[in-house]
Amino acid sequence: MGKGIKDSTILDSERSVISETRLMFFEGIKAGIPIAIGYIPIAITFGLLAKSTGIPNSTAAMMSFWVYAGASQFVAVNLLALNATYWEIVLTTFIINFRHFLMSASLSRRIEQPTSKKWMALISFGITDETFTVASTRNEQRLSPVFVLGLNLVAFGAWNAGTWAGVFLGTGLPESIQTSMGIALYAMFIGLLIPSLKKSRPLFIVSMFAVVINSILYWVPLFSSFSMGWRVITATVLASAAGAVFFLKEGEA
Amino acid sequence: MDNTSFDHLWLVVIAMGIVTYLPRMLPMVLLQKVKLPAFINRFLEFVPFAVLGALIFPGILFSTGNIPSAIFGGIISIIIALLDVNLTLVVLGGIISVFLWQVLIQ
Repeated sequence: MGKGIKDSTILDSERSVISETRLMFFEGIKAGIPIAIGYIPIAITFGLLAKSTGIPNSTAAMMSFWVYAGASQFVAVNLLALNATYWEIVLTTFIINFRHFLMSASLSRRIEQPTSKKWMALISFGITDETFTVASTRNEQRLSPVFVLGLNLVAFGAWNAGTWAGVFLGTGLPESIQTSMGIALYAMFIGLLIPSLKKSRPLFIVSMFAVVINSILYWVPLFSSFSMGWRVITATVLASAAGAVFFLKEGEA
Repeated sequence: MDNTSFDHLWLVVIAMGIVTYLPRMLPMVLLQKVKLPAFINRFLEFVPFAVLGALIFPGILFSTGNIPSAIFGGIISIIIALLDVNLTLVVLGGIISVFLWQVLIQ
């Protein structure tokens, strides 16, 4: 009898761990929906562009699956169309996507401990500008790897489904809807940033500083050789470093 | 068709995948248990918000192919975001406002 009670107690606690894991996973999927809305039209455009440059359908689909990094995929397709060398394409991809290094470093501090290296390696594959910013602006100090996995799967699924639609169906959305949806991810970034800015003055100053640096890099001719990747890296490093220097109290950030 | 120039394209895709994955993976795997100086930790806490600032502007201006409609969509998104509603609503509000601008004003 006593043993029976003990067993059922263990089962209950196991069950609650399982259901909490499942809850976290669905929480991640829910958090990924705005990303999916933004990814689908862009991925369709990518598929159509790849098709129009004569790249084999399977290669375009494979790029979305294996590289999974929007801006660099567009650039790679354009470079292929211009007959750039393969080395040039790989190097450019590296440069554009190197910004994820900073995001990965930042996110590594936020994942629940302990999480195995295998799990970290798995969920790091899904780091994009969008999944990183959605995960990082969560209120919880420590994120469950299962949450990040759910988030990543929705974003990854949307990106690949959109690519397939563009490549294999060969039709996009109506022009007016396509252009309107161009703002989707920017609206999402605004929606992620505003609540934090309302709460914290240091965060407000740091993000506005990044806007100013990025604008200077974009518009001042001296910096016209900076690619999108380097602009984001430079603006992020300078603004975050300024924040770390000027705002000493950690509680405020 | 000029498909001869696309020989071994799959090799390029694999190489692109590797150089993209390494910067994504290495800090996550190597840094998680490392104790970093307080300054670096503070720096990394600011990164998401600096990234967001840099991703939004000036990129948003060119997101719809028409700068006035993008500015309008951005302002509406800010107003909706200030109301602390669900993120999907901010996204849909941005899309619908640009759509209406294009249909009614442009």
